Amino acid sequence: MAAGSTYTKIATTTVSGSSTNSITFSSISNGYTDLVLICSVQNSAAGSALGMQVGNGSVDTASNYSVTELYGDGSSASSYRLSNITYTLNTVNIAIPTTSAFMPFIINCQNYSNTTTYKTFLTRSGAAGQGVEAIVNLWRSTSAINVITLLLTGAQYFNAGSTFTLYGIAAA
Amino acid sequence: MLNIISGTLSTGAPPVSPTSYESISTVTVGSGGSSTITFSSIPSTWTHLQLRTIAAHSTSEGYFKIRFNGDSGANYSWHELQGTGSSVSAGGGGGKTFALADQAFGAGSYFGAAIIDILDYKNTNKYKTVRALSGVDENATGYIVFNSSAWYDLTAISSIEITFTSSPISQYSSFALYGIKG
Repeated sequence: MAAGSTYTKIATTTVSGSSTNSITFSSISNGYTDLVLICSVQNSAAGSALGMQVGNGSVDTASNYSVTELYGDGSSASSYRLSNITYTLNTVNIAIPTTSAFMPFIINCQNYSNTTTYKTFLTRSGAAGQGVEAIVNLWRSTSAINVITLLLTGAQYFNAGSTFTLYGIAAA
Repeated sequence: MLNIISGTLSTGAPPVSPTSYESISTVTVGSGGSSTITFSSIPSTWTHLQLRTIAAHSTSEGYFKIRFNGDSGANYSWHELQGTGSSVSAGGGGGKTFALADQAFGAGSYFGAAIIDILDYKNTNKYKTVRALSGVDENATGYIVFNSSAWYDLTAISSIEITFTSSPISQYSSFALYGIKG
């Protein structure tokens, strides 16, 4: 069996100031098999979720995304779906914090550069004092992904210190 | 005026850097489909294994049945927590004949994804434990699932066999096995 080191950091961004509401990674190489985004996020006020749009050359802003979510808050569990939406959702029931702890997200984009399948994303997220979520998102396109935008779905801004790091995993 | 941060990346082959995460082997299903995916002769080089997959069947969603070292006896247990978009369920138990990655494949054009961790796979003092996160969203339907499984055997894992509740699995399904050093 062949073996080679992988899981390579591609790019990282740390928010400064108080007027950023989207982060874009563009010109992503097709030299990997999977992408992993690790984010640590606060925002300026309640009301936004962390969305994501992807595309080839430019992000797809049409209603080609859908989401299925599983949520637990320490006493009960629930599940929720949205179809035909204009971005993926990486939190559904949890409010992104505005102070104190930052909210972690791990977003897996598997086989992102193939041109034969719709793209499926697996997300884990959670926030202290609120709950935990597991989420599957779909982008109904067979295009390879080479641009990703992470965005706040409302009129809020990322707080300074929010970080977004993109990794690539290359299979043998 | 919004301040939009944009990171432009270099193109071409990924940079080579030493990490503790290594690619072992990948199987991509060809035009005839496949009923079984097998990774054999897995060396004891790493501490943990991770399988990263996308998979679909032509008409039916379903799950992976995972067996180690060819053991099809009732030597496994598994548990699951599943969300369907409207309801949540949990299940599982002992005396199973396989480890489970639930709702790990979709139907038609909708490929499910799974990340399956096999911990301490070569340790001969421990029963082996597996955890999986898998999901498929088909716009109007979908599932997101956590699984844990155990294989009650002290033998080091040297082979992994994956079969499917709906078979054969479709072309373009992909199974990538990685090793993580301790």
